[in-house]
Amino acid sequence: MSSRNNLPLLAFLTAGLLGLGVVLAFVVAPEDADQGISQKIFYFHVPIALTAYACFGLGAWKALRLLWVGGERRDLESYTWIHQGTIFGALTLITGSIWARASWGVWWSWGSNQLVLFLVLVLFYCAYFMLRFSVDEGARRERICAVYALFGVALIPVSFFAIRLASDFIHPTVFTRSGPQMTHTMFTAFLVCWAALTLLAYVMYRVELVGKRTDAHLRELREALT
Amino acid sequence: MSQGEYVALAYGVVLVFVLVWVAIIATKLVRLERETGELAELARGRRSDG
Amino acid sequence: MSGIALYATDVIALARKDLRLELRARDTLPAMLLFVLSTLAVFHFALPAGTDRDAAYGLLWIAIIFTALLGLARAWAPEREGGALDGLVLAPCDRSAIWLGKSLATLAFLGAAELVAVPAFALFFAPVDLVAVAGVALASIGICAVGSLLAAMAAASRGREVILPLLFLPLAIPLVVGGVGAGISPNGATYLSFLGLYDLVFAILAWATFEYVVTE
Repeated sequence: MSSRNNLPLLAFLTAGLLGLGVVLAFVVAPEDADQGISQKIFYFHVPIALTAYACFGLGAWKALRLLWVGGERRDLESYTWIHQGTIFGALTLITGSIWARASWGVWWSWGSNQLVLFLVLVLFYCAYFMLRFSVDEGARRERICAVYALFGVALIPVSFFAIRLASDFIHPTVFTRSGPQMTHTMFTAFLVCWAALTLLAYVMYRVELVGKRTDAHLRELREALT
Repeated sequence: MSQGEYVALAYGVVLVFVLVWVAIIATKLVRLERETGELAELARGRRSDG
Repeated sequence: MSGIALYATDVIALARKDLRLELRARDTLPAMLLFVLSTLAVFHFALPAGTDRDAAYGLLWIAIIFTALLGLARAWAPEREGGALDGLVLAPCDRSAIWLGKSLATLAFLGAAELVAVPAFALFFAPVDLVAVAGVALASIGICAVGSLLAAMAAASRGREVILPLLFLPLAIPLVVGGVGAGISPNGATYLSFLGLYDLVFAILAWATFEYVVTE
């Protein structure tokens, strides 16, 4: 794909940014007046959530290009983006749950719209893998997975509204978290962490893609030689 | 658990996820190396036959 | 005949075929009716005494969702088992007409089941008003639109019958929210519009992408 291999450089950059982000979050940024030290989870939790959305979006974009233009590499790319999205989605749920426990004393709250939305999305994308592994390989599987990926990205805003509406009658929102009135240092720390985690997702994506492509090539070679 | 410990848990989980991912990729790499080796054997065999 | 008229004829023919098959075999609809009534009966025993009326509404929707899944699975069973899907695809019609025909047929079955379920619910549990019925109607459209596409995907898979519910349930969550909200919330109209939005977005998406799912 790209003849200049920038992957090692990006990986080192990720490591550097992550380190910088953690230092900024813990050492430089002040502690939140209301929430105390538990607010520090926010510096990872929110970027992870945003990265998950981005991964699902990119997975859907590659899927759209697959249906439009075609090409086997787009199937692997879409699949890998969705894989990353699911990993980061699961991480969002876990870090969110820990944050809920630290802030409100409960591991789960149906009143937390973001937690519930990610639950629905992770369930949806886990089914993507079930689907992918149960259909025989070929052009049809690529297309089916691509269509499912498009449904996923349509589901995100629709679910978001549904959950908002549901909080009307399902559970009164008992727990609220004051919106971040962030100081400059807090905001900088947040941005650095966001950049770091986005880059991390991208590096992971590239590495996985190499693995999947190599797998595919090896299979072709095996078929040719035996 | 104190608040600080929850924070450590959250960041720790992220770290663990990434490390587990590295381990999985490493396993895949080992498998790919083995398969490439097998195919190289096959190719060598072919060349000496044909 | 104009393009749209031809398309409509295809859709009607396809829907008719499914309805006629059902009239002859008579296995799907009775099963769905019995299933929905039995489920409602089980729910009565599952609810503790003095459960408030609003809680009972959720159960109506669980019953509808699972009855719909039953109907969808059976609507696509002939295609799945006999490989008739390939035959359908060879038919000289727009692929998306297959989706629309199937959706309409499934909607007919689901509607028939609901004609029994909703009055039964009103009888066993709690009264149902017009807004709630509208919610049922709108959500059913969404269920059939999305369900038909997913059932086509499931028909292509080796997975057992469980793959369809796995695919369907996350997508059904907004529908349940809309349906339950229409039934119990004071601003039912908001939920009805939300259901309408869901139907619009996902029906268009399903209509546009169906041929990719079904083509070899």
